[in-house]
Amino acid sequence: MGMKISDQSFEDRTKSGIEDLFMRENVQSAQDRLRSARLNAAEDMGDWEEWRKMGEDIRNHTIQHLDYYLKLLSDKVSELGGHVHFARTPEEANEYITQIAEEKKAKSVVKSKSMVTEEIGMNEALEAVGCEVLETDLGEYILQVDEHDPPSHIVAPALHKNREQIRDVYQERLGYEGTEEPEELTRFTREQLREKFMKADIGITGCNFAIAESGTVSLVTNEGNARLVSTVPKTQITVMGMERVVPTWKEWEVLITLLARSSVGQKLTTYVTALTGPRQKGEVDGPDDFHLVIVDNGRSKILGTEFQSILHCIRCAACINVCPVYSHVGGHSYGSIYPGPVGAILSPLLGGYEDYKELPYASSLCGACTEACPVKIPLHELLVRHRENMVEKEKKSEMSERMLMKMFKFGATHPKFYQLGVNAAEKVSREKDIKRGPGLMNNWTQSRDFPAPKKESFRKWYANRKQNGRSSS
Amino acid sequence: MRVSLFITCLSDIFYPEVGKDVVEVLERNGCQVDFPMNQTCCGQPAFNSGYRTEAKESAKHMISVFEDAEYVVSPSGSCVAMLKEYPHLFDEGSELRKRAQQLANKSYEFTQFLVYVLKKDDVQSSFHKKVTYHTSCHMTRLLGEKEAPFRLMEHVEGMEYVPLHKSYECCGFGGTFSVKMPSISNEMVEEKVRNIEESGADYLIGADCSCLMNIEGKLKRKGSHVEVMHIAELLNHSSKEGDHHGNED
Repeated sequence: MGMKISDQSFEDRTKSGIEDLFMRENVQSAQDRLRSARLNAAEDMGDWEEWRKMGEDIRNHTIQHLDYYLKLLSDKVSELGGHVHFARTPEEANEYITQIAEEKKAKSVVKSKSMVTEEIGMNEALEAVGCEVLETDLGEYILQVDEHDPPSHIVAPALHKNREQIRDVYQERLGYEGTEEPEELTRFTREQLREKFMKADIGITGCNFAIAESGTVSLVTNEGNARLVSTVPKTQITVMGMERVVPTWKEWEVLITLLARSSVGQKLTTYVTALTGPRQKGEVDGPDDFHLVIVDNGRSKILGTEFQSILHCIRCAACINVCPVYSHVGGHSYGSIYPGPVGAILSPLLGGYEDYKELPYASSLCGACTEACPVKIPLHELLVRHRENMVEKEKKSEMSERMLMKMFKFGATHPKFYQLGVNAAEKVSREKDIKRGPGLMNNWTQSRDFPAPKKESFRKWYANRKQNGRSSS
Repeated sequence: MRVSLFITCLSDIFYPEVGKDVVEVLERNGCQVDFPMNQTCCGQPAFNSGYRTEAKESAKHMISVFEDAEYVVSPSGSCVAMLKEYPHLFDEGSELRKRAQQLANKSYEFTQFLVYVLKKDDVQSSFHKKVTYHTSCHMTRLLGEKEAPFRLMEHVEGMEYVPLHKSYECCGFGGTFSVKMPSISNEMVEEKVRNIEESGADYLIGADCSCLMNIEGKLKRKGSHVEVMHIAELLNHSSKEGDHHGNED
């Protein structure tokens, strides 16, 4: 599928999002739950702002020295007998991965949750060479069963579905006969998956953080599926975005704390898995063969730009969980596997402005995202940087808007002209509010009243008052 | 104390009464208020839309307009947050950046100025109504001011304050967002207004005319009984002397 999940226009996507009241109810109740869980988990720490600052410093340092830490990671993994492959593009990554599958004559692949494999469209590439790819994260599994419904959230991919909808999908596609109780649905899923785990030729995982000093890949899940994926099959492939590295275990501890608390409001996730290379002599489990695929796909181009801090992102989704725009339009409206504020910044960077030009404007710049981010990425400011790029570099803004802004500048820098504008406004003053405005204003008045200018502007009142000797100065 | 009022373009044209209330409250609390007539707009509409060059020109103009001011006070958290953004528009070490920083340092949102500079939590107002309060995003998150309005409201005699469910949520204004993405903006203000009506308040108080314009526009369209009031008007209200402290004018 790749990063882009829809060919519909942004307008059509948001329209169907807004009209899908079921989805919005599911999204809003999940957002409320996750938001308060996060706030409680943060408060619990006592000095959350200091943790955030530490998180910011760690990410800043690591991304500034990304080349050094990636080399260290790669050397360590190789020392342990693992194979490291740097892929510049999705094609390069998929070519490497499918080649392994072909060499191993693999028929069946089990996968734990990974956004970067979605980004590069890995499942389709493997299916094209005859592999069956099974998602084992519960949310991803539900979507896969539902004819590859795209994810709408980076942590909870099936957030847009409620339990009744999931039951219906299972009934229709898998002949499920149980109720919508989560326990029952989960037990059923477990039974479906267990057998596949045992028969899988290759296990593929994502990577929350890779620890450079030890060559370790760490994964967090609440389901334990990543453990089965990484221990049962003889071959393991881990795919990571090139920015997912941390220097040492010390920094890892800070980031894993920030991640679990910000993302789901837990102290730690149920499972925290750390995998260091293939099975070593004397070890009882682990894969015989271990491959680490490090994906660039546009990330290195972000280095050194005004957007570099978006590479600090630890994919906790806290920004998505507090975003009021996301709340009303849902994840699919963004047209990318990366929705919400982080998606509105990342998608145009990785996929280009052509497909994602509306996303930076899909924000009221309320700053809720920036306030929630555990590593202090100035998310709403980056959205403004995109808008600046669109206006000044890409020249993608509309002619009418450019004219308006030229006039704005003239008015804002020429007080006499500005005064004329105020005088004109006073002249069109009336008692009643405006119910239907012309042009752009109609976008406002379609759903709300617009105030009429007052007969006497403040400046006129002040000037008169001063003339009458009522000034305080 | 000498205070220069930055009225904001929205208040100037659409809500002049807010400016009058600010002047009266400040004067009653010992300030001399002047109004530099050459002031225009803070430039935020351009800045937030990505027109940095145009925003810079607005900034330069406003920096020179308020150059001699001792304090700059404005009845808008959002516009003051924009003044605080000015230094970032100019190169580090440049003369303009220095001047922008000076302006940023002496600029206060109206309630901030009362509480932190004048050290007044109680400005002797009274209002015998049930109110709730809209915490504007730019005021709380960009300017970082979460306390001052509440400290002042606590001392308004006779007023009953009721909390607003999901008060942290944006009202959907967002400047040009409201006309660029009208359907999303509308859903946001719908939700805000629903929560306001469910609060049981008769009045919605706020410190930003822009949010209030959006919320009021929706309340009126729905024919709601809830009225909207800027906090300056609330603080200039006295039940004893009629409508306003300063209504002898």
